[in-house]
Amino acid sequence: MQLVLTEDQEFIARTAEDFASERSPVSRVRELRDRADPIGFSRELWKEMAGLGWAGILFPEELGGAGLGMAELATVLEALGRRLAPEPFLSTVLLAGQALRLGGSESQKKSWLPGLITGEKILALAYQERGSRYDLACVETRAEPDGDGFLLSGEKIQVLDAQVADAIMVSASSSGGISLFLLPKGAPGMAIARLRRVDGRGAANLRLDRVPAARSDLVGSIGEGGGLLERVVDLATVGLCAEMLGAMSEAFDQALAHLKTRVQFDVPIGSFQALKHRAADMFIEVELCRSAVMAAARAVDEGSEDAAKLISLAKARCSDAFILITNEAVQMFGGVGMTDEYDIGFYMKRARAAEMTFGDAAWHRDRWARLSGY
Amino acid sequence: MADLERFRSDTRSWLEKSAPKSLFGARGDALEGVWGGKKAVYANPDRKRWLEIMAEKGWTAPGWPAEYGGGGLSPEQAKILAGEMRYLRLPAPLVGFGLTMIGPTLIQFGTEEQKREHLPRICRGEIRWCQGYSEPDAGSDLAALQCKAEDDGDHFLVTGTKVWTSYADLSDWIFALVRTDPKAKKQAGITFLLIDMESPGVTVRPIQLISGASPFCETYFEKVRVPKANVLGKINGGWTVAKALLGHERNMIADAFGGSDRGMRRTLAEHARRYLPSVGGKLSDPLFRDQIARVELDARAFALTVQRARDGAKAGHKPGPESSLFKVYGTELNMRRHELLVRMAGFQALGWEGEGFEEDELALTRDWLRSRGNAIEGGTSEIQRNIIAKRVLGLPD
Repeated sequence: MQLVLTEDQEFIARTAEDFASERSPVSRVRELRDRADPIGFSRELWKEMAGLGWAGILFPEELGGAGLGMAELATVLEALGRRLAPEPFLSTVLLAGQALRLGGSESQKKSWLPGLITGEKILALAYQERGSRYDLACVETRAEPDGDGFLLSGEKIQVLDAQVADAIMVSASSSGGISLFLLPKGAPGMAIARLRRVDGRGAANLRLDRVPAARSDLVGSIGEGGGLLERVVDLATVGLCAEMLGAMSEAFDQALAHLKTRVQFDVPIGSFQALKHRAADMFIEVELCRSAVMAAARAVDEGSEDAAKLISLAKARCSDAFILITNEAVQMFGGVGMTDEYDIGFYMKRARAAEMTFGDAAWHRDRWARLSGY
Repeated sequence: MADLERFRSDTRSWLEKSAPKSLFGARGDALEGVWGGKKAVYANPDRKRWLEIMAEKGWTAPGWPAEYGGGGLSPEQAKILAGEMRYLRLPAPLVGFGLTMIGPTLIQFGTEEQKREHLPRICRGEIRWCQGYSEPDAGSDLAALQCKAEDDGDHFLVTGTKVWTSYADLSDWIFALVRTDPKAKKQAGITFLLIDMESPGVTVRPIQLISGASPFCETYFEKVRVPKANVLGKINGGWTVAKALLGHERNMIADAFGGSDRGMRRTLAEHARRYLPSVGGKLSDPLFRDQIARVELDARAFALTVQRARDGAKAGHKPGPESSLFKVYGTELNMRRHELLVRMAGFQALGWEGEGFEEDELALTRDWLRSRGNAIEGGTSEIQRNIIAKRVLGLPD
């Protein structure tokens, strides 16, 4: 494993950086929030990103993808993360998309993946429930046999991009295990309630009241979806960490710039040693997270046995680091850091939401300990 | 390419044939091993022979010019030699500040006479060097040093005190920073002097630490006569030489970090199970369990960052900013680790010596106490953060 970008990866990173700085400034996020945008991102921009091949990075070339890995996708997500871009990588490409790639039937793949890769189809994966916290196996939503098919009943929370998804994959308990079902938008008995989250990310709660599902709607085998679910959540976690890395780097850069330009008591406040030391600590956190995210992405691509541990390493450290950096940044900005007018508040809110997505730091430390045998 | 392959196979056969049999597999870490010098004592006579064999070949200092006792090897060849020694698990024949600090500085700044006088003796392990920088009133603020060197014609008379001189009691020569112009600005009045420890007027006293005996000493100079020929670089130009040497020292510390796993002998979880209850393999105390995970996560992230810096260097990239965190983060991590080990061991970590404590418990107590110095020596954590703030982040003075 080489913790260094190859020339190809550097090219992708530069392209992503150029695109993001030109087409996706953080002001977009502010505008989407201000007009309470029903979709939560820009469909046009998503299609442009797909046009650059980004939605297809992980998919095989036969389907129109690039046949590349998380190491490549991570560079794109980092650049977009810097600007808090809300496009549906996590929901569509990573959660549902990878579930289809790894466990979907040929028919499902043919129906959904080409459209996903061109940016036309949006997908969501509903797995979280109110009482489950971060435990993927804790599923009360039931899939009751009904003739040849099933009826799904239960509630799902915080489903990313469910408000706009063309189909929603749902985890339900059945046959003594967990099964994944791909349900079309507007399925009878399905109610979607849009959430207005502090971080502005598009998400919804889902109510399922005897929603019919055919056998052909199963993703993978009945009762055996648990392993697939864990795998795709792990992949999505790496993607989220890459976003977090970009966002925390940007927040740090903004705070640093402020330390150099803000003058009080006739000097730039960055000359005060207390702030210098806190800035040095923030720098250290970013560098450690960068190493962890790079290692996690590469471990996944290499199929390493160590991958799950490295993913927990990345998520635990990114969760704590992103929060530290944004809390410190707001503090360093002083009064204006508390204004809505300044962008730094958006980063702080994103840090909180990201912390609680796919397992917080404590949960991942517990997983690390478990995987390490203690 | 073919030449390097030939060099590799020649080197391997020579090493296999020439190294004393008892030393295969005896590879320790960077600061163990043979330090040389007039007071050297060799517990294993094979170590002395190994030093002589390698010195004869010039391979105690493989990259140094052959005319001064080095091997005259190119960087690629030196890397190959190091790799072969690692492969055969052979220890370095010689270690010490002569090779890592004063030697490279002599090569950089020394006169021809100085190089001819000192470098071969370093290479043969005949002369052992120590470093005279810090003083009781000049630690982090090294430029405030007061040890004075009075002009006495073709000699200086040196009077003052140096502190934290590692192994001064075992060393033959010292390189010291002295003040030659008290009227100039702090850094501008400093000279870099090479001093024979056997000169009349030099006294050494070992320093006891809270952890017990240590290699540190106080070194006193009372009107010590030092020939002006022993000035390295220019008179009053010592600060430049000192900074260059600190660069070489930093490389040495960085190499030490990247390499061995000292002190990782006991894993935190194994240690925990010895003192704390567990059920079915899982530690029962969730707080200690979480703290163990925290330290392990940080250690892994740190190791990955060391690797990232190395991978970048191998790929030919310019050194990134990440290496400036090594000293401050690595030392503080080590200290946190020892805190956790001690807290988990409870009363058993309170032993100073004697009965009622296992050997490794006594060692843990000493290691914990000694670890408290890690964030102080080699540039305090506060100074390290100042350096990061200034050099990496560009924050104003």
